[in-house]
Formats: sequence, structure tokens, C-alpha cells
Amino acid sequence: MAAHLKKRVYEEFTKVVQQQHEDLSAKKLRLTKPSKSAALHVDLCKATSPADALQYLLQFARKPVEVESVEGVVRILLEHYYKENDASVRLKIASLLGLLSKTAGFSPDCIVDDAINTLQNEKSHQVLAQLLDTLLVIGTKLTENPSVRMRLVEVACKHLTDSSHGVRNKCLQLIGCLGPVEKGVAKEAESQAAKDVQKIIGDHFNDQDPRVRTAAIKAMLQLHERGLKLQQAIYGQACKLLADDYEQVRSAAVQLIWVLSQLYPESIVPIPSSNEEIRLVDDAFGKICHMVSDGSWVVRVQAAKLLGSMQQVSSHFLEQTLDKKLMSDLRRKRTAHERAKELYSSGEFSSGRKWGDDAPKEEIDTGAVNLIESGACGAFVHGLEDEMYEVRIAAVEALCMLAQSSPSFAEKCLDFLVDMFNDEIEEVRLQSIHTMRKISNNITLREDQLDTVLAVLEDSSRDIREALHELLCCTNVSTKEGIHLALVELLKNLTKYPTDRESIWKCLKFLGSRHPTLVLPLVPELLSTHPFFDTPEPDMDDPAYIAVLVLIFNAAKSCPTMPALFSDHTFRHYAYLRDSLSHLVPPLRLPGRKLVSSPVSPSITPHEDPSQQFLHQSLERVYNLQHLDPQGIQELLEFTIRDLQRLGELQSELAGMADFTATYLQCQLLLIKALQEKLWNMAAPLYLKQNALASAAAKQILEETYKMEFMYSGVESKQVVIIHHMRLQAKALQLIVTARTARGVEPLFGMCEKFLQEVDSFQRCFISELPRMQGSFVDKLLDLMPRLVTSKPSEVVKILQTTLRQSTFLHLPLPERLYRASANIIEPTGESDNPLRFTSGLVVALDVDATLEHVQDPQGTVKVQVLYPDGQAQLIHPKPADFRNPGPGRHRLITQVYLSHTAWTEPCQIEVRLLLAYNSNRSKATAKVPKSTWNESVEALPQPENGIEGTIPFSKPVKVYIMPKPARR
Amino acid sequence: AENEQVSPLQNLDVGRSCILVSIAGKNVMLDCGMHMGYNDDRRFPDFSYITQNGRLTDFLDCVIISHFHLDHCGALPYFSEMVGYDGPIYMTHPTKAICPILLEDYRKITVDKKGETNFFTSQMIKDCMKKVVAVHLHQTVQVSDHFCIGDYNMTPDRHLGAAWIDKCRPDLLITESTYATTIRDSKRCRERDFLKKVHETVERGGKVLIPVFALGRAQELCILLETFWERMNLKAPIYFSTGLTEKANHYYKLFITWTNQKIRKTFVQRNMFEFKHIKAFDRAFADNPGPMVVFATPGMLHAGQSLQIFRKWAGNEKNMVIMPGYCVQGTVGHKILSGQRKLEMEGRQILEVKMQVEYMSFSAHADAKGIMQLIRQAEPRNVLLVHGEAKKMEFLKQKIEQEFHVSCYMPANGETTTIFTNPSIPVDISLGLLKRETAIGLLPDVKKPKLMHGTLIMKDNSFRLVSPEQALKELGLAEHQLRFTCRVHIQDPRKEHETVLRVYNHLKGVLKDYSVQHLPDGSITVESILIQATAHSEDQGTKVLLVSWTYQDEELGSYLTSLLKKGLPQSTS
Repeated sequence: MAAHLKKRVYEEFTKVVQQQHEDLSAKKLRLTKPSKSAALHVDLCKATSPADALQYLLQFARKPVEVESVEGVVRILLEHYYKENDASVRLKIASLLGLLSKTAGFSPDCIVDDAINTLQNEKSHQVLAQLLDTLLVIGTKLTENPSVRMRLVEVACKHLTDSSHGVRNKCLQLIGCLGPVEKGVAKEAESQAAKDVQKIIGDHFNDQDPRVRTAAIKAMLQLHERGLKLQQAIYGQACKLLADDYEQVRSAAVQLIWVLSQLYPESIVPIPSSNEEIRLVDDAFGKICHMVSDGSWVVRVQAAKLLGSMQQVSSHFLEQTLDKKLMSDLRRKRTAHERAKELYSSGEFSSGRKWGDDAPKEEIDTGAVNLIESGACGAFVHGLEDEMYEVRIAAVEALCMLAQSSPSFAEKCLDFLVDMFNDEIEEVRLQSIHTMRKISNNITLREDQLDTVLAVLEDSSRDIREALHELLCCTNVSTKEGIHLALVELLKNLTKYPTDRESIWKCLKFLGSRHPTLVLPLVPELLSTHPFFDTPEPDMDDPAYIAVLVLIFNAAKSCPTMPALFSDHTFRHYAYLRDSLSHLVPPLRLPGRKLVSSPVSPSITPHEDPSQQFLHQSLERVYNLQHLDPQGIQELLEFTIRDLQRLGELQSELAGMADFTATYLQCQLLLIKALQEKLWNMAAPLYLKQNALASAAAKQILEETYKMEFMYSGVESKQVVIIHHMRLQAKALQLIVTARTARGVEPLFGMCEKFLQEVDSFQRCFISELPRMQGSFVDKLLDLMPRLVTSKPSEVVKILQTTLRQSTFLHLPLPERLYRASANIIEPTGESDNPLRFTSGLVVALDVDATLEHVQDPQGTVKVQVLYPDGQAQLIHPKPADFRNPGPGRHRLITQVYLSHTAWTEPCQIEVRLLLAYNSNRSKATAKVPKSTWNESVEALPQPENGIEGTIPFSKPVKVYIMPKPARR
Repeated sequence: AENEQVSPLQNLDVGRSCILVSIAGKNVMLDCGMHMGYNDDRRFPDFSYITQNGRLTDFLDCVIISHFHLDHCGALPYFSEMVGYDGPIYMTHPTKAICPILLEDYRKITVDKKGETNFFTSQMIKDCMKKVVAVHLHQTVQVSDHFCIGDYNMTPDRHLGAAWIDKCRPDLLITESTYATTIRDSKRCRERDFLKKVHETVERGGKVLIPVFALGRAQELCILLETFWERMNLKAPIYFSTGLTEKANHYYKLFITWTNQKIRKTFVQRNMFEFKHIKAFDRAFADNPGPMVVFATPGMLHAGQSLQIFRKWAGNEKNMVIMPGYCVQGTVGHKILSGQRKLEMEGRQILEVKMQVEYMSFSAHADAKGIMQLIRQAEPRNVLLVHGEAKKMEFLKQKIEQEFHVSCYMPANGETTTIFTNPSIPVDISLGLLKRETAIGLLPDVKKPKLMHGTLIMKDNSFRLVSPEQALKELGLAEHQLRFTCRVHIQDPRKEHETVLRVYNHLKGVLKDYSVQHLPDGSITVESILIQATAHSEDQGTKVLLVSWTYQDEELGSYLTSLLKKGLPQSTS
């Protein structure tokens, strides 16, 4: 019964909306339909000269045409087309036909024949090309109709013999876009001319015009994209095109070869001028490598990019790409890389200062030297040394992709990648650092390489330095000298750029925990302890000293012998740092001391992590609160919330989960408090206080629900429904409060209406989740829906009040991972006592630098808010380019905020904070994994209820001292 | 076939560069370099070879200078003013700007310092530069019918973009080959080493001396250091010692578009040649405490400021001298590079060198790979190697012939190489004719030559292909018709008109695709070919068929005659 009723409500509701919609559009149409085409007709008849007609057409093209009148307009245009003698007017008509057929909702079935007929007697090549373009538009709109497509393709084939390159170009494009792809269709149409599109297109690979050749290759690629399996026979043709005189052709040919190499990686092709045969993918790889030293940089970029995705290539070929033989006066010379390696392996660190250090060694056989290798030889060597930085970036990217799939290649390409750290263009440097980070699992840095890498730490660009810290976090170092070197360089960096503090500490944390055994022998030196003498206690606030300690403590975590080397003050410092920088200093098992945090033994697998258990237990406990008395419920909730909050502080990985639950419980607590029976039964004069409390609670719950929905990443639809449910409850509460305070029925009526609408949309959004919500507020409400719809507002309120109070507390299922979006403003630090002075009325730029964590789509959501002391608030949308993405789930905002104000007499502080903007309309639909049903229904929601936009502050505000001075006259 | 003659005047060692090319009767001289190593007549090319005592201007059509290094342009004032040449000299804009500075500098050193006479004067340099025509990069100048000039600088410098050339498929590519047998390591490694050394020394508090020659490499190193200082946020001062370079930098600034990508890219923010960290050097600065980097001339430490500074700094082991290039034997530079630690200076002073001595090779010449790459891009039909040692060139020649299958030459000084070329001769065709001819038959195919009918008019040194009618009209000639007539005897006793009918039927049967008509006057036409039959005056049993066709229908006409000669088929039905 209930289900039936629900359905009825739903039906009625949608019907109403649709009818309105129809009415409106129909009315509009009747008004415009006759005028449009008739006016055009009149205009065109009036036109005395082609120039006039062209003017009319141009004017006409500026206005949109309604779907219904398109056909009429097309007919009129066609009529004029046949009458018109001037080619330019016909050209415009042809292009208009194309535009019109693009009109949404219009199906160009009816004009296909007419459009094809126009081609018949056309003499002008330009008009022909334009008409074919129109046919292409029509064809793409009618992809479902194979017969139309076939006809169009036939038409195109017929015009392939045209003498103008433009026409042939369009024909090929059309064939590429509409040519039959499915096998079945091809069979059916075997008798027809267009049976083998591949062959037809392939014939034009040798066209005399380079533009047509390019179009032919592009058409072939288009066919591939549409799912047609290209024949392997094309490969030979494509290879010949690589030597074309024109760069567009070569560029397209490189793509085609790549496609073929992905389609037929394992087929065998012969090597010309020898009897050997190799795999196609290897051959193609060699050919594309050859194009890395092409004359045109566009082709070089293209080739270098594609190399990265050829992962099936054999390692033998892959390694050749890094091959470069040096010689001097016909004698073999070792590269700097080889020399460095040799020096390293011989145990001597490179002095690199000898003249003749690079003296050539053995003679080489002149016959064996191949100066221009046809194969893969040295492709990356060339690419990385290219003149254009675009090519270098592409090469670095390709190197990264190939190295990720082949550890041995990763090892080999290291030298080259390290070299790129010193590129003259910053983007290239940054890209290569990122690349190195991505492949860092497969590699171990040699000392000389590390030396080069670390030298970059002095770079003045913050991006570069931080990328490098990021890289060092996940780098494997082979020797203790390496660790020492890294530490020394990082400390140097710290003195030179003190703002890098956090990033350096973090870097050392990972460096320590990755290499405990390498740090161990360094400990006495690093702590400057002495076997006999006491050394002075270092300054605890020195960032450099903290950096050293972070390294040591993290290494000590998995090296139990290390604490024995600590001196007394080290232990004290440990205790201090463990408390003040808990995210950098791990818990340690120290001799003669209890562990500071709860006993976490390393043997426990994260699955049965006690803190996780604790989280679940406390939740379990809360779900039974139905059976407690009101006082008990409140207390239990309060305790649990406090526990969870503390847990979040201690366990960073559970923080998101704990906060999320705590917020939810907080909402529940507020709701319960607001609904306390005692208060509601009070006499009228006391309403006031109660009302204030309840409305405040409702407001806060609403805010919290928005936070829950938009501030956490990893929220699934299971949680979203609960959040929405909570919000619905808050809204009910609001309604009740208003009902009690408001005078008159009129406003209440509207509110009730709105509320019921919301209930309905809730039901539609989460229809699949409803069975799980037995006994909840919404469930009960939906049962009562027929009654609610018909009853008066006062009754509705009464029903709501009881339902609200009777409904059960919903179980909040926790997702796998849940992260709270957070932001931390690094700059401005808010510590400066020097006000930022500027002339009033002018602007001053304030550098803002912040890290964002777990923010989805920061470009769209993160805003900067500036609060002036006079209460004036300013909202700034940072440019998308200001956001950088240093790692998964993390973003960095480096932007400039422009401040301005009228003159002040005193310097004063403004507040800068970051806001997370949300839009309930967009909500999770654009974000991750929403259920598809829910996703669709969102769009169908009625407009007024949605589109609530708001912002959540999610960073601590930072105060900036500013002083707008009056302008001097 | 025409031939190109190439005779290098000087090329066998790194030094002078001067090549004479004659194409289609035009004589072009490429480069006019001098040798830095000699102080006598050998330093200039032997121009008397060119003319054998005639006037140079009469013999040479133009001179092309590739770039401003003295070994490519040093002899120019001597050549134009002292030997005497008034024809055009082509060079690129930056070359034109910088060349006179270098020449003047060179003149000063030779004349003022060494006191030589019989050398060109400042005025001569000025006069010489007046004869220069500046061209743009990639600009084509028509010197004669088939000769183009592009910039053929193959110097992938830091301050100049690397050379890329179009696939222009020239008949001949002339390239230097100094490093014919060398494949160099990545430029980046060398630069990094250089910067690291400088950086370390400066960090230690030491002073770095970099002896350079005024132009080219000096700018490259300046930009390198400037960028590095910027990047690493370093504060130690960098000085540049000579006013000359400032002048050159001034010119560099003007030619941003000629430079490499990095400089062009930064140009939006600032001009790379407007150095932020590099200041002019004053003699007194050398005694300042604290780290510094000084660029000083000359490059081989043989005299002048660099040597003065070197003497001041040599005693401190914290300091460093970096030799960025080759040093000639006998110079202080060469001595310290070969490891000598005690130097005897003038006045029997002994200078002990405690400072570190470094060598960094930053040569600008293209290595073997670079040359090969250039050949691959240009796809020339012939390659000529100059400016290198015979043995090395031999190796490169072998490689080029082996890998590109093009012929390669390496003439000795004064030797003349003759290359046969197939010059392409452009002919203008009238559009009407082209359209008419392409309309017949299939679409043009790249691979197949196409036969066309037209009239070639050679007038005023130009060629035009026009339709015969137009040609007649232009030349004011009446059209003549050329007809071939042929008599064929056929044994046929029947009446004339019956014979005609038989012939008609026969032809109709054989020539199905042609229009065969039987005209009322008793003649037959096949297309435009006329056939008439008359009885033989002596023998009535023999009929004479008169076949007449125009010159244009020659093919069909001769076919018809041969057909008719075979006789008519016997079946009379």
C-alpha cells in the first residue's frame, strides 16, 4: 500500500512539470515559425546582387533557428542555391546547410537527398568542398542509419577524382568519419563501390598534394578510432610516408605507424636489404625513433611522445635508445656517464678535474662505426639534447613511461634523467624530477648521480626544490655517504631557504625510515656525541637540529640498536618532538621508558589495528543508544564525540574517518537536544529560549551536513543518503520552529510545500537506498505522505514533530577510506610585524601559498577569502594554473591576491582564509563514484530546491598586517 | 648537363676558409677567412689564384660570408680593399654587425700591438663593410639563375639556435669537417661540469678566472653563468673585462630572433644579453677580497689582461683558472694545461702556479653526427668537405658515401672539383593549356610522367609553354596545314561506288570506336581522315584508294593505310 502510494505521488509530480514545459515551448513556436523562413525568402528574393544576398545570409546566420523551422529554411536555401550563379553565395548557403543540420533536435533525414543532389551540377571546387562538409555534418548526425552512410560514402568516393585538393580532402574526411566499420555492413554492401574503404583511402597515400596525403592518413586514423581494424598491409605504405617532404604528412604517418604497431605487435616484417626479420613493433619502434631526429620539431615532439606508449618493444631495442658511442679522432671515447660509473665502481670518487681525463682510448674499426643509425640507436640521447624544449619534455615523458614498465631500462636511463635536472628550461627540469619520482621504485641512485641530483636543491624555484624533496622521499640511496651527502645538502638548502622547513623535515623523515641501516653508522657523527666527553646540548629550536633528529628518530624506528647511541638530552628532545611534531616523529621503543603512545607492536597487521577497532566499537556502542534514557543518550554521544576527536588527532590515517563520524554524531546530538520533550511541552512564554536553541541547532546541523558531504573525499552514496537524511531532519526541525514562531498561515504554507517537495526529491534520488532505512524519519514520513499532502500546514507540523521524535537513529556505514579536505596556508605566515604598506586606492599583491589535501577538483572549488576589519569580505577565485599537483590527493595553491582599501589611520590586520565552495546541485554528481541512478535523477530534479551554493572555510585564517596609506597629493 | 666547379683556396687545416664555386658561368666565393697562426703572407688566401692578375670584380660575381669568426671573414678587407673587389658581399645581419668589431680588434692587435705595417686600416674595414649586403635567415637571394644563399651556420651554440635546414635537395652541400672523426658527448654534461667547478670554487671563497676571446664562446659562457647565478640565487660578482664585448653584446641584443629558444623565451621578461649579474671589470677589482668570477681576454693567457689577473691569482690554491678552449703551443695557457706548475715570466721571474687549472672543451664546430644529420636533412646530391684534415675527411667521406649513397668530394687547396648537375629548368605553362591537357586522360600521378602537346616559346631568356593557336597568334604566323596523302591499290573489279561501300563496311567493322561515315559524294571519312576511291586509269580492275590525313592524325592515318594495304576481306557477302 505504502509503495503504491509513493509511486502515485511520484507520477503526479512529474506529470505536472512536463505539461508545463510542453505548453511553454509550443506557444513559443507558433509565434516564431512562420516569420523565420518567410523572412529569409523575402530577403533573398529582394537581393539584387550576390553581395546583397551574401549580406542577408550573413545576418541570418547570426540568429539561431528553432528546430521546427529548420526544414523550411533548408528548403528555401536550396531553392536559392539552384538559382544562384555566384559561387560565393552558394558557398555560404552550403555552409549554412551544414550549420542548420547541426541544430539540436533536428534530424536531417529529410534533407539528405537534396543535399546530395546539389553536388551533381556544382562546378566550383570550393562550393563542392563545402557541400561535402555539410554532408559530413549530416552523416555524423545520422550515424545510426547505415544506408544513408553508405550513400554518402559512395558520393565521396565519386568525388575523389576531383582535381582540387580541397574536395579530395573533404571526401577522405567523410570516408574516414562515415566509412563502414562493422564487418556485417561491409559484406552486405560488397557489390557497391564503397566496399573497401581502407583500400580507397590507402590509394590516396600517394596523392600529389601533401594536404590530401595528410587527410588520407588522418582518415585512416579516424577509421581506426571508430573501431575498424586496419590491415597490416598499410604498414609498408605508411613507412614510405615517413620520408615525405611535408611535416604534416610525416607527423600523421608517425601516428599511423604507431597505431599499426599496437595492432600487430607480434607480426614479423623483413628488414630491407637483408634476410633477417623482426617483430613489427620493434621495426616500428626503430622507425619512430628515427623520426626523433627529424627536421621538423613538430614531428620530433610527436615521435618522442609516441615512443613512451610502445611498451611491447623488446628490451634489446629499448636499451639501444640510450646508446651513444663517442669518438675522438677515430678512437673510442667514453662518455661522461661511463667515466663516472667507472670511477665509482673503482672506489674513487670522481675528481673530474684532469685534463685528458676524457682522453680517448682504443682505436675503433672505421667500418664498424655507424654514424646515422637507422634503428633505435640513441633516439632518446637525441631527444633529450634537442634544441626545442617541447621535444625534450616529450622525450622525458616517454622515458618515464617506458621506465615504469621496465626496471632494467629504468636503471639505464637514470644517467640521462639526472642530466636533465640541469636543463636550462625550468619546465623540463621539473618534468624530469617528477619522472624520476615516478620510477623511483625501480632504481637506486649512485653517489655521483645523487651528487648531481642534490646540486639542484639550491635552485631558486620553489617548485623545483619541493619536487626534489618529494623525489628524495622515495629514493633509494646505496651508501651511508649518500645519506650523509643528502643530509648536508638538505641542511644547506634549509639555511638558504628557511621556508622549506616543513618540506625538508618531511623528506628526512622518509629518508630515515627507508634507510635505517645506512643512518646507523652516521648517528654519532650526526649527534656529535663523543665516547668520553660530554658535548654541549644543541639548541632545541634550531630547525637544522630538528631536521637531523627527524632523520635519526625515523631510522631508529626499525633499528632497535640505535637508541643506545643517544645521549641523555636526545631522549629529552625526543619526548619534546614526539609531542610537538608528532606527524614527523614516530613512536619509539626506548630502553627504560614506557612507550609514549598506546602500545603498538609492529607485528600487528593494520587490519586489526586497535585504533580502527576502537573506532568501530565506539560506533557500535552509539547505535544501541535507542534503549537509553535521554540523559544517557546525550552523555554517551558526548563522550563518544570527544573520544573520536581525540582519536583523529592521534591517528592521522584515521582522522578523516573519526572526524566524519564525530560530525555525524554531533548532528545527532544537536537534534536530540533540540527535540527534548521537556522543553517542547513548556508554557508559551518559555518558547522563546527553546526556539532560539532549536533554530540554532537546525542551522548548525545544516552546515555540518554540507561539510560532511563536500569536505570529505571518499564519501560514497551510502553515506550521502544518510547525510541528506540528516539534512532533511534539520529542515523539518526548522519548519517546526518556524511554525511555532511565525504568525499567519501564508508563509507556512509555502514552507510546507517546499519541504514536501524536498522529501519527494529525496525519495527519487535515493530510491534504491530506501529499504535500508527502515524506521527512519524519512521512511515514516513517506508512509504518511498521502496524509501530509492533503492536510493543513499546522497538521503537517504536528505530524513532523512526532515523526521526528519517534524516528530511529540511522546507522552510518563507514567507507573504506575517508579523507577530510584540509588546507594549510604556508604564506603569509601571519608572523610579520611590519605592515604591508600601499597607497590607498591602488592594489597590493599578496603572495598566498597553501597546501591542500584531499580536495577534489580544487580548480573549481577552492577560493581565497579576504576579510577586512570593517567586515567587508572579498572572495577571490584563483586561476586554474595556480594549482599544482605534487602528488596524489595533494595540491598546492600558489597565487597572488590583490588587496585594496581606502586609507586607514593605523595599520590593521586582515584575515586571509581558504574556502571550499560547493553547490548542492553539482554535489557528488561530478565527483567520484556516485550511483548512476542517482546521478541521472539529479538532473531531473526541479530547479528551485537545488542550486544551494555555499562555502565552507577549511583552513585556519591567517592574519596579515596591512596599511593603506592615503595618497599623496 | 651543367657543371659546378669548386676549388677551395684554403681549407686543409683549421684556419682559413675560402672556397670558389663556379656554377653556370657565375663565380661565387664562399667565405674569406684568414689564418690566425701565421703572421706573414700565408695568413691570407692566395687570391692571385682566382684571376691570374686580372681584376677580381670582373671575375667574381659575389662573395658570401657564412659567419663572423675571423677564420671565415678575416681576410675580407684585405681582399676587397687591398686586392680590390667591388662586387656584392653577402652576409647575415648579425654577421654584418659583429664582423667589423672583430676585424677592428684584430687590426688593433696586429698593427698597434705588434707594430706590423702593410696591413689593412680602419678606413679599409669601413669601406669594405659598405660593400656588404645583409640578408635574413632563410632569405633567398637570386645571384644567378640557380643559386640560393641561406645561412649555413652549423653552430648549435647557447646563444644561437642550432642549424636546421630545409629539405631543399641542393646539387651540392659544402660543409666544414673539422670534427669529422669525433662524436661529442652531451653538451649538458660539459656545462654541468663547468658550472659545478665554478660553483664549488666560489663557495670556497676562491676566485675564478676564465680567459676567453671576445666573441662567440664568451657570450655563451656568460649566458650560462648568468642563468646559473639566477637559478641558484648566487651572489658572488661576475666581471667581464673588456669594453669590446659590451659593444658586441649590444649587437647581440638586437638580434634576439636569431638566437636560441631559451633566450627567445626569456625575452618576454628581459633581454638575456642585458646581464643582471655580470658587470664590467675594472683593473682594481682583481685585488678585492672574496669570491668572484672574471672573464678576461685573451683566451690563451699569452698577453693582456687575462695574463695580468692570472699572475695575481696564481699563488692561491683556492683560486681556479678555467681554459674554455684550445691553446696554441708556447702560450702560458698551453703550459699550465700540460701540467707545468712553475712558469718563467719575463724578467726571469718564476711564477709558481698553485691555483687549480681546469680545461673545458666548448667547441662550436659540428661533430660527425651533426654533419651527417645536416646531410640527411638537406638530401644533397653531392657533398663537398672542406675545413678539415685529410685523414679525417677521408673517413667521413667514406661514411657519407656508404650511408647516403651520394658522391662526396674533398678537394685539396687549389684543386678544382667538377660536379655534373641536372639543372631543373622552370617553364611557365599557360593555365588554359594546363587545364585542357589535364582534362584529357586520368588524374595526374606523381610517378608517371605525362605527355602534353604545346608549343615551347623561348623568348627573352624565359620559357613558356602555350597552346599552338596562341603561339601562332603571338608570333603573327598563319597556320599551315600539313597533310599526308597516300595511295593504296586494291584489286577489285567492281564498280567504284561498290568498292567504296565495301571499304566502308570493312572499316566500320574494324574501327568500332571511331566514327566512320560514308559521305554522299562517294568518299569515306574516318574522324578527319578522308578516303576516296578512283579506278585506275590503266587497269579498271585495280582501284586506287586515296587516303589523306592531317599531321595531327598521323597515328590513325598510318594505321588506316596499313590496314587498307592488307586488302579487303575476300568474303563478298
